[in-house]
Amino acid sequence: MNDNANLVRPAPAKLMENGKPPSVSVQGLALNYGSVKVLEKLDLDIAEGEFLVLLGPSGCGKSTLLNCIAGLLEPSQGRVFIKGKNVTWEEPKDRGIGMVFQSYALYPQMTVEGNLSFGLRVAGLPKAEIKKRVARAAEILQLEPLLKRKPTALSGGQRQRVAIGRALVRDVDVFLFDEPLSNLDAKLRAELRVEIKRLHQTLGNTMIYVTHDQIEALTLADRIAVMRSGVIQQLDAPLTIYNSPRNRYVAGFIGSPSMNFVKARIAAGAPNPVLQLGTHMVSLAGYVPVRPLGVGTEVEFGVRPEHLRVGTGTEAGSSEPFDAIVDLVEPMGSDALLWLKVDGQVLSARVESSQRFTPGQPVTVRFRVSLASLFDAASGDRL
Amino acid sequence: MSVAPADTSMGPSGPKPKRWFAPGRIMVYAVLIITSAYWLLPLYVMIITSFKDLNEIRDGNIFFPGAHFGLESWDKAWNTVCTGLYCNGIKVGFWNSVKITVPSVIVSIAVASVSGYSLANWPFRYADLFFTVLIVGSFIPYQVMLYPLVLLTRNLGIFSTLYAVILIHTIFGLPILTLLFRNYFASLPPELFKAARVDGAGFWRIFLQVMAPMSLPIFTVAVILQVTGIWNDYLFGVVFAGLTNYPMTVQLNNIFTSTMGVKEYNVEMAATLLTGLVPLAIYFFSGKYFVRGIAAGAVKG
Repeated sequence: MNDNANLVRPAPAKLMENGKPPSVSVQGLALNYGSVKVLEKLDLDIAEGEFLVLLGPSGCGKSTLLNCIAGLLEPSQGRVFIKGKNVTWEEPKDRGIGMVFQSYALYPQMTVEGNLSFGLRVAGLPKAEIKKRVARAAEILQLEPLLKRKPTALSGGQRQRVAIGRALVRDVDVFLFDEPLSNLDAKLRAELRVEIKRLHQTLGNTMIYVTHDQIEALTLADRIAVMRSGVIQQLDAPLTIYNSPRNRYVAGFIGSPSMNFVKARIAAGAPNPVLQLGTHMVSLAGYVPVRPLGVGTEVEFGVRPEHLRVGTGTEAGSSEPFDAIVDLVEPMGSDALLWLKVDGQVLSARVESSQRFTPGQPVTVRFRVSLASLFDAASGDRL
Repeated sequence: MSVAPADTSMGPSGPKPKRWFAPGRIMVYAVLIITSAYWLLPLYVMIITSFKDLNEIRDGNIFFPGAHFGLESWDKAWNTVCTGLYCNGIKVGFWNSVKITVPSVIVSIAVASVSGYSLANWPFRYADLFFTVLIVGSFIPYQVMLYPLVLLTRNLGIFSTLYAVILIHTIFGLPILTLLFRNYFASLPPELFKAARVDGAGFWRIFLQVMAPMSLPIFTVAVILQVTGIWNDYLFGVVFAGLTNYPMTVQLNNIFTSTMGVKEYNVEMAATLLTGLVPLAIYFFSGKYFVRGIAAGAVKG
């Protein structure tokens, strides 16, 4: 009965913000293994040329969702559209997708050239066309000197470039990346991240990128979908997610070091809301709530380390000073991370490395309330 | 020239490495030498006996090579020795064994590799159940099925022919080989299979162009298991082949058990060595891959 409903429902007519139909559209997608729900009724529209990152901890279903879009996994329910066409039951090769895997997945017995051309040979393209496309991909990815080599003779970064090239030659609409940089060391990861971003700028294809690394997500994405237990928690531009996380989970997951959370209570509501933090009263002037702040509501006050001001300065939007003791100092090069004891809680604060602090030193702390977040203690939703 | 004083400080320092003749090492070599002597001695006796003539054998010095060195016993074993009713030598059995082994090995490996591949990569409904049945199947003793199989082959009209033996060997090789192949293919990175599917390759192309070329080690293991297993088989040969089609092992046994005339130890040794040559050759030429294949199944590449 559900299948029937799926068949009669029309193709997506919804337009994206840029006025075009979505490049990839996932509607009511669910996947269960027995009673285990991996994906729950998931809806997702991805615009033409958009770089969408699926971000979440391992086991949140992000790779599963990608595999469903690729056609490597059959969903239990729901539909997948690519370029307006229902591809839910299409073979991966007929979906106009290319996929890059974490483990590179290069065919070990074939040369780089053989790896790049495999899909084209399967599709039965004429030799001249194959040659042309392989040459173009090799040029874009600087693989020309490596074409005759076997994958075992390549470094990790080179292997991943070949894997990207394999998607590139097939001239696909949508690129799917499944944690492509997770097997690389930190330096190569940063290099290849830039290359992927440049590739997206050059080609302008739709790209869906799965990662658990928030730096990759923040640097690459047009939009990030933060996932948890098969549900998208928030789908927004990276800075929106960073600055206005929609719930406590997203707030805690994004940002390194993570956001400080302090239990608090709304002491007074609009028009001059006040937050009670322990024994302190903090004015919420400057904070823009998304829901009305009910007096007496138990909340969690979330503030990022860089929104703590340590020292003596007074700035607009800052709270009254709290007394604090420096517990630990972590120099990080360009800046330093202070771990402070405030009212029996430990908070982290990011400070310029020019400012010198020693453990045990008494300091004052102010919160930039306008940049902080308030979450309902019970539901975890942003207030 | 002045000597640079820094040179001595640059060299490696620390305690000297252990001497070659350390007690531990002597123990190791002693154990190795004694063990290999224990295993090689029977082979040595067989080889020298096969070159002796009967007079020398009667002298009883089984550990010393005789003054006589002759290939007569080898010639007799191969061409004219009597096995059961026929006196055409063991070569008849050799060719029968070849006719049994070659098709059984090829067919069983071909079928098992494809079924192992589909079990590992194209799971179908009840695949797990099927797999369990396979595993159980590979542990059932052959003897249990002997009589039903005799009836089966008789009804098929192939009892007492080479076809019966080939069929039985092929079928009985399948469970363990399928298990072997399935586990090997399951140990290959699943992304490789996914990548090939995204590239548009289908069932057979993925098997032939992606999986099989990566699976030389496991194919070698399968060939060795099957060739030695089938070549050394006695039970199925004696039951299903029929008098004129006995494989080499059955013929060899018939030489030993014949109670007529003089016991020709030299001919028997030669016949035994000839029978063992094929598995021996297989191990010699593919031992390297065999070890690799066994290891490949154990450790994820």
